[in-house]
Amino acid sequence: MQNGYTYLDHAATTPMRADAVAAMLPFLTEQFANPSGSHRFARQVRQSIDEARDDIADVLGCRPGEVIFTSGGTEADNTAIFGTVDRRGGVALCPAVEHHAVLHAVEARNGLVIGVDAIGRVDHEALASSLATAATPVSIVSVMAVNNEVGTITDLAGVAAIVRRNAPTASIHTDAVQAANWLDLRAITPHVDLLSLSAHKFGGPKGVGILMARAGSAFAPLLVGGGQERERRSGTHNVAGIVAMTVALRATDNERSAENVRIARLRDCLVDGLQDGLEDVTETVDRAHKVAGSAHVCIGGIENEALLYLLDEAEVCASAASACASGAMEPSHVLAAMGVPNERARGALRLTLGRTSTEADVARATTVIIDAVRRLRTGRAA
Amino acid sequence: MKVLMALSGGVDSSVAAAELIDSGHHVVGVTMRLWGGESDTGCCSVADVDDARRVAQQLGIDHLVFNFTDDFNAHVVDPYVQAHSHGLTPNPCIECNRHLKFERLSERADLLGFDAVATGHHARVEGVGDRLFVHRGADAAKDQSYVVHMLAQRELRRTLFPVGHLTKAQVRQRASDLGLRTAAKPDSQDVCFITQTGGREAFLGSRIPFRRGTVVDSDGARLGDLPAIEMVTVGQRRGIGLPGGGPKRYVTAIDRTTATVVVGDEADLYVPQLLVDRLVWADQPYTGEVLVQCSAHGAAMPARLDGHTVHWQQPQRCVAPGQSVVFYDVGNSYVLGGGIAA
Repeated sequence: MQNGYTYLDHAATTPMRADAVAAMLPFLTEQFANPSGSHRFARQVRQSIDEARDDIADVLGCRPGEVIFTSGGTEADNTAIFGTVDRRGGVALCPAVEHHAVLHAVEARNGLVIGVDAIGRVDHEALASSLATAATPVSIVSVMAVNNEVGTITDLAGVAAIVRRNAPTASIHTDAVQAANWLDLRAITPHVDLLSLSAHKFGGPKGVGILMARAGSAFAPLLVGGGQERERRSGTHNVAGIVAMTVALRATDNERSAENVRIARLRDCLVDGLQDGLEDVTETVDRAHKVAGSAHVCIGGIENEALLYLLDEAEVCASAASACASGAMEPSHVLAAMGVPNERARGALRLTLGRTSTEADVARATTVIIDAVRRLRTGRAA
Repeated sequence: MKVLMALSGGVDSSVAAAELIDSGHHVVGVTMRLWGGESDTGCCSVADVDDARRVAQQLGIDHLVFNFTDDFNAHVVDPYVQAHSHGLTPNPCIECNRHLKFERLSERADLLGFDAVATGHHARVEGVGDRLFVHRGADAAKDQSYVVHMLAQRELRRTLFPVGHLTKAQVRQRASDLGLRTAAKPDSQDVCFITQTGGREAFLGSRIPFRRGTVVDSDGARLGDLPAIEMVTVGQRRGIGLPGGGPKRYVTAIDRTTATVVVGDEADLYVPQLLVDRLVWADQPYTGEVLVQCSAHGAAMPARLDGHTVHWQQPQRCVAPGQSVVFYDVGNSYVLGGGIAA
């Protein structure tokens, strides 16, 4: 990050940890061997992969054999949905607020998409009745642990109980990509069969992730070939990425409790500051139901595309909803599913904090946002 | 000046951005995402946004993408469909200029502190007396003053056409000299939201019910049928369901209430006057001698303008209702105003 920038887009990606960067370097230089090889140089590298897998299993609360390395969260999500439906038949089911990596996969197999409540939590009654009455049996239910736009936390124990009762044979998958920084993953994994993670959301590099798959959860591989991940995923291991991801996940796990307290205080200060300084700023999800790093607000009387330009000009990095291939902001499917009216959604602003966020960031962002909103509300900018 | 440059991903706007930078302006590029549906015409597509972004990177300016798909549907696509269902022949590109480029984008630019909006149109904004008018572009064959005729003083004061003084060949040469990836890119031709594979028929057919029509001659004698009167345009010769080999027949009138299409000889198309609605003026409403242009690259013909009525000096082919009609000064150099053929 260049000096002077205020970065409040940690849910999009968060800066890499220095120790994770350092951990990559040997595997980009002298330790270049293919870990699937049979010679001693290969065996050395293979050992690093094996140790990484043990470490990750420890943080996830699963067995090492249940950890599959992928190219990121999207591949993990796609593998869970496509792989399960393709192997076991039936249909997939997810709530309408899922990340597109899940939602589009479910839709691509003509799966079921169900509603959520006003803060984005899957509707438990709709879940139970959809499972009980589905024309084609549901073979996989996917419910995200934490929503990437608005930060809502899912009660996965509650979801799991409903699924086990109404569709005992269905696999439960959770996209936990936004959870790793804030929730103890060991408390999530007992409730699910499949779980996705992405390294760059917690201080690792882009292009590497994890699919945790409980023994017995049957799914077809998305990528076939050399069978490197015990036939559940093929492709030469991204060794540097896997090692760096492991360093980052371990550090995140160690620091999580303290960071939750520190970041929640910063987030509260940010949102309180915006609400004190501006009329008509609503918090999309109340603080009790979302993760510490999320500060999603809807600001009345402005268009977020215009606001983001002014913030960008003032070197404050924020976002609204997800961007499409052209780079244009798409109307948020998450806010639409939550029943947020279009005119409110037009003023949606997603500010997400993370490891490198400071009081100074919050103070500066508050001032810049208040100033920009006032300029937009009064007409022509200064 | 701080200028918001509309970058379409084509060669004209690429070079326009370069011209502005040369003139010392602070330039920010923007590509509007307008059509959210299927497209294969090479306009407004993701590939075009990629080209626009790469050109901006090459020129060292910021590049934004604004999502105006809702406005585009409301002001361009929906009215286009409605117009066809009312038997009109609309020009959606002109409505896009009117509502998106010179209204929505200009207002956004204003709000964000820009002094002007620029586009790559081949036209010039120049003064006549103390007033500004859209003048024809330097390249007569590429002149686009017709499609930006709706600009009034307020918009003209904050609009720049940086390639209006160049010929198309000069634009391409400049792009090539700068090594811009758009240098040899073909011009976009068709309506961006209508696919080449499906055409207008597939687009309209999925949005409005088509009504069968009866084709009659000027005496009312029935000559045949056609499947969709919504697809018929005044002046059309082909595709009206008449057997070949006979005399050339043209659509001279469409009666929507009875779903009747009247055909006649080419001579029947010529009329002494033309009625124009929804008039807009660069400055004051004008009455008197003008040159009138009724299509993007048609010739401007002499006439006397009196209120909403164009009295042709010589009878002219009738203009399909819905088409834009643009008035030029008698010297044929600048736009006085325009409207929509009734």
